[in-house]
Amino acid sequence: MDWLELSDAEWTAIRLSLRVATVAMVCSLPFALGVAMLLARGRFWGKTVLNGIIHMPLILPPVVTGFLLLLLFGRRGPIGAFLADNFGLVFSFRWTGAALASAVMAFPLMVRSIRLSIEVVDRKLEDAATTLGAGPIWVFFTITLPLILPGIIAGMILAFAKAMGEFGATITFVSNIPGETQTLSSAIYTFTQVPGGDAGAMRLTIISIVISMAALMLSEFLASLAAKRTVAA
Amino acid sequence: MSLVVEAHHRLGGFSIDAAFTSNGGITALFGRSGSGKTSLINIIAGLMRPDGGRVVLDGDIIADSQRRIFTPVHRRRFGYVFQEARLFPHLSVSSNLAYGRWFAGRSGKAADMERVVEMLGIGHLLERNPSALSGGERQRVAIGRALLAAPRLLLMDEPLAALDDARKAEILPYLERLRDDAGIPIVYVSHSVSEVARLAQRVVVLEDGRVKASGAAAEVLSTPAAALATGRREAGVLLEGVVETHDATHDLTTVRVGERLIRVPKIEAPQGHALRLHIAARDVMLATVRPEGISALNVLEGTIVNLTAGEDGSVEVRVDCGGATIAARITTFSRDALQLSQGKPVHAIIKSVAIDH
Repeated sequence: MDWLELSDAEWTAIRLSLRVATVAMVCSLPFALGVAMLLARGRFWGKTVLNGIIHMPLILPPVVTGFLLLLLFGRRGPIGAFLADNFGLVFSFRWTGAALASAVMAFPLMVRSIRLSIEVVDRKLEDAATTLGAGPIWVFFTITLPLILPGIIAGMILAFAKAMGEFGATITFVSNIPGETQTLSSAIYTFTQVPGGDAGAMRLTIISIVISMAALMLSEFLASLAAKRTVAA
Repeated sequence: MSLVVEAHHRLGGFSIDAAFTSNGGITALFGRSGSGKTSLINIIAGLMRPDGGRVVLDGDIIADSQRRIFTPVHRRRFGYVFQEARLFPHLSVSSNLAYGRWFAGRSGKAADMERVVEMLGIGHLLERNPSALSGGERQRVAIGRALLAAPRLLLMDEPLAALDDARKAEILPYLERLRDDAGIPIVYVSHSVSEVARLAQRVVVLEDGRVKASGAAAEVLSTPAAALATGRREAGVLLEGVVETHDATHDLTTVRVGERLIRVPKIEAPQGHALRLHIAARDVMLATVRPEGISALNVLEGTIVNLTAGEDGSVEVRVDCGGATIAARITTFSRDALQLSQGKPVHAIIKSVAIDH
């Protein structure tokens, strides 16, 4: 069973993938919540345009998204230069860049899931909370947020899964540097490019199946837990 | 306590232009569906912002379009009980009850919780989930939740409309206790005569967004304007009476109205308790001689005050029976056959079981 033994480089790729996906999921959550709220409830000029931009990564070839990220967030890109100079936050050829790329790719899935759950919230319940003395912020945190929790969880898991599997935009934006930007997907790709890399590719493939399965089961469990608390009265 | 409401608002082809005042107790906004009752109560609550108007409670200006004052809903402290209970599905009954209390701050005390829970009889439901409650139970919890937010005014939008008769009968006594014990002024929207007759001290009749009549419940509900709002079937008179005696063997209660005694199905109320009886005009018969061998228990002597011809060959006859005016709807055929005219002595016959309390 020697071939099941993981090398250090493979462990690094797995840990990196988990870290990238987790950071991508957590950091994009507040933005996704805000945008979903805006799209579900807001009435403003340019809503269709915003909706289109949010969904772009879903439709564009991932290489195009990666290239655009390189232009915008690269060392010399307008946003990348600003963030590097003022906050010391560098994306290009760093794991942070991999997280950014997967977050952008997963963003539409998360927004969509949360937006749908906001749209089914009964506004009458929010009105009722207002008449009981709750201001808009309280209404959001005590009524809206608990009611859309299943949608948020589903969106987070979807985003996590998408981030784990993200390949095209990541490799375009931050390349394939072992220990820094070589995620599970890039590592498998590398293995398939070298002679005798089949065993390594297989090992990592099994690992990704296990992680994906675990994430799916966890999401089902959390969603059923949340649904139990929010049976419509 | 005094409440002044003025509102004008245009909603597509429908417009509201209404004003009324209240001096405490229960004020009923009464009218058919589509008459603007719910819009008006939403304007009071602040859930709807009218084109113009004002809401003043005890001299405190809550909203005034001319002075550009508009207190947001959550700062008005007006409790609102909706037609559907609108309990929060993710919170238990006790958390639902406590929700508004938390925002009421100092004014909500622990003792209030016990008192309200006891008054509404919901002590055994506290740990449950709203989805596990019956319609009547939900509505009681919703009433408790609104009360525990320590409201200055309680708004109720047809709180019983979604319930069947048995559930209504279950909640009505709680509403009466609320009116008599809690001391919070209530604006009560309804299209049911029997509910309004039983609960309200003042009635504002709305039709097409306009106030058709307003005043003391007994007066307003006995005028023809109320007939417009209720539809002819329920039109009649509302009589103020006092419980005189109970007849336990036949499950009857005798109520004194003016100089007359009227027997009605048993009412759970002590002797001397004031109440109102609603007698629909279609349930009253007239006779020129005292009938004998008749099952109806109430035969009241009186004289005809006036006759009003309806549109469909019916006539509404008002009979003064010693201080109590009773309306009877009869056909023009009967009017001619009995030669009824103003000042003629007649007997009004009312079946006990037809009387709403």
